[in-house]
Amino acid sequence: MSRELKGWKDIPIAGVCWKPATEYLTGDWKTFKPIHDPEKCTKCLLCSLICPDSAIKWNQANEELMFDYDFCKGCGICANECPADAIKMVREGEG
Amino acid sequence: MAITQQKTLAINGDEAVALAVKQSDVDVVAAYPITPQTIIVERFSEYVADGEVETEFVCTESEHSALTACLAASAMGARTFTASASAGLALMHEILYVTSGCRAPVVMAIVNRALSAPINIHCDHSDSMVERDSGWIQIYAENSQETYDSIIQAFRIAEHLKVLLPIMVCLDAFVLSHTLENVQVLADETVQKFVGLRDVPQVMGHEGREVPFKLDPSNPITMGPLDLYDYYFEHKRQQEEAMKVAPQIIQEVHEEFSQISGRKYGNGLIDAYHLEDADIATVCVGSTAGTTKTVVDRLRKEGVKAGLLRLRTFRPLPLTDIVKTMENVKAVAVMDRSNSFGGHGGPIYHEIRHSLYDSPTHPHVVNYIYGLGGRDMPPAIILNIYKDLQEILKTKRVKRDVQFAGVR
Repeated sequence: MSRELKGWKDIPIAGVCWKPATEYLTGDWKTFKPIHDPEKCTKCLLCSLICPDSAIKWNQANEELMFDYDFCKGCGICANECPADAIKMVREGEG
Repeated sequence: MAITQQKTLAINGDEAVALAVKQSDVDVVAAYPITPQTIIVERFSEYVADGEVETEFVCTESEHSALTACLAASAMGARTFTASASAGLALMHEILYVTSGCRAPVVMAIVNRALSAPINIHCDHSDSMVERDSGWIQIYAENSQETYDSIIQAFRIAEHLKVLLPIMVCLDAFVLSHTLENVQVLADETVQKFVGLRDVPQVMGHEGREVPFKLDPSNPITMGPLDLYDYYFEHKRQQEEAMKVAPQIIQEVHEEFSQISGRKYGNGLIDAYHLEDADIATVCVGSTAGTTKTVVDRLRKEGVKAGLLRLRTFRPLPLTDIVKTMENVKAVAVMDRSNSFGGHGGPIYHEIRHSLYDSPTHPHVVNYIYGLGGRDMPPAIILNIYKDLQEILKTKRVKRDVQFAGVR
């Protein structure tokens, strides 16, 4: 939480968000992070579809999967569902 | 503005509430029935069935849902009303905080009824007093006329752009809710003109531009999301600020209403009765004030300098008004129609003593818990309280600071 914090007179009432969700980096509290193995990956894109935070994106240019760790909460659904076993969950700082 | 033509109707307190809501051009009413509030919603549902109002009337499966529906409608910019009592209000507890936190100006009538167990349907103030910290403005009415007037005023106060807080208008079960009284009512169009249309302020939205503070698909905003240690405290501080602004708005709306109705209740926050030169005084809320005024009249005839302070608003607590009107009083008895078990006295006692701590006269302040579960509070008991105060005045000593009036 390094961003500048405002006082009560300077923020909207009722918790109304004054920034888009993309500016809140919700990925900074994960314990486990997904590590993707391109060798095993069949590029079925199931992980991208089921990610609850839309944190796995398909890069059309180089035909690669991109994991956005700023928004990945580390829930592990992708690793659990991957039919090719191409995603491993690793403790933060160990992977 | 001039005082307008009014009709006198013989109606009870619940019917007075229903009529005031009907005239206030309310968009959404969501409610669940509970004695002694039932008549309010029954009467209002008749207005709906007879096509006398254009209100969206939602029958929910619980009070928790009723208030949630009101909160959601209010968040969309609708004028909303609900009513409850006792266990129903207790079931709303969680959503009371969500409503005030979302700054949704819902107006709710509370017909004050005891809480179980043992089960009891009659009057005391336990149900609303326990919700005093929920961020709602609380107005306690002395009679059905004041109930009618307060409901109309409540929409203006709650929806005021500097306030945006929900309001409970409290009336005593059965004593007011089910008792016929002559109530002066304004014409429909007079009330509609007084309450006007609900407006919403502009807030900074997530696209970095000002948008109306309401849920609207063309200008989407998020209300009441996850708010941790970084901003939750700031939002609670904002709610306190709204409570600080509220007394002035309550007084302004009360004054403006008096110009069309000819009726005033003290200054809108407190109703001081013969306090200017009083040596002894009682403090209470609700219908007991009516009985107490007759006792004060009797004592005054006997030359006793007795007075009464009725709090019309308990939230926000009119602290400076309390200190000012009580500045010459030497002994005070606070009458609480609810108890804070183990807290040494009732909630009003705690706050009056707290208010008077910095008073230069530093009066004796004692407490009487009375009327729990609808136990009657006749003039004789109130007279005895004033006699106790005379004794304190004479001896300058308090024998017992917290007592129970009317218990066997």
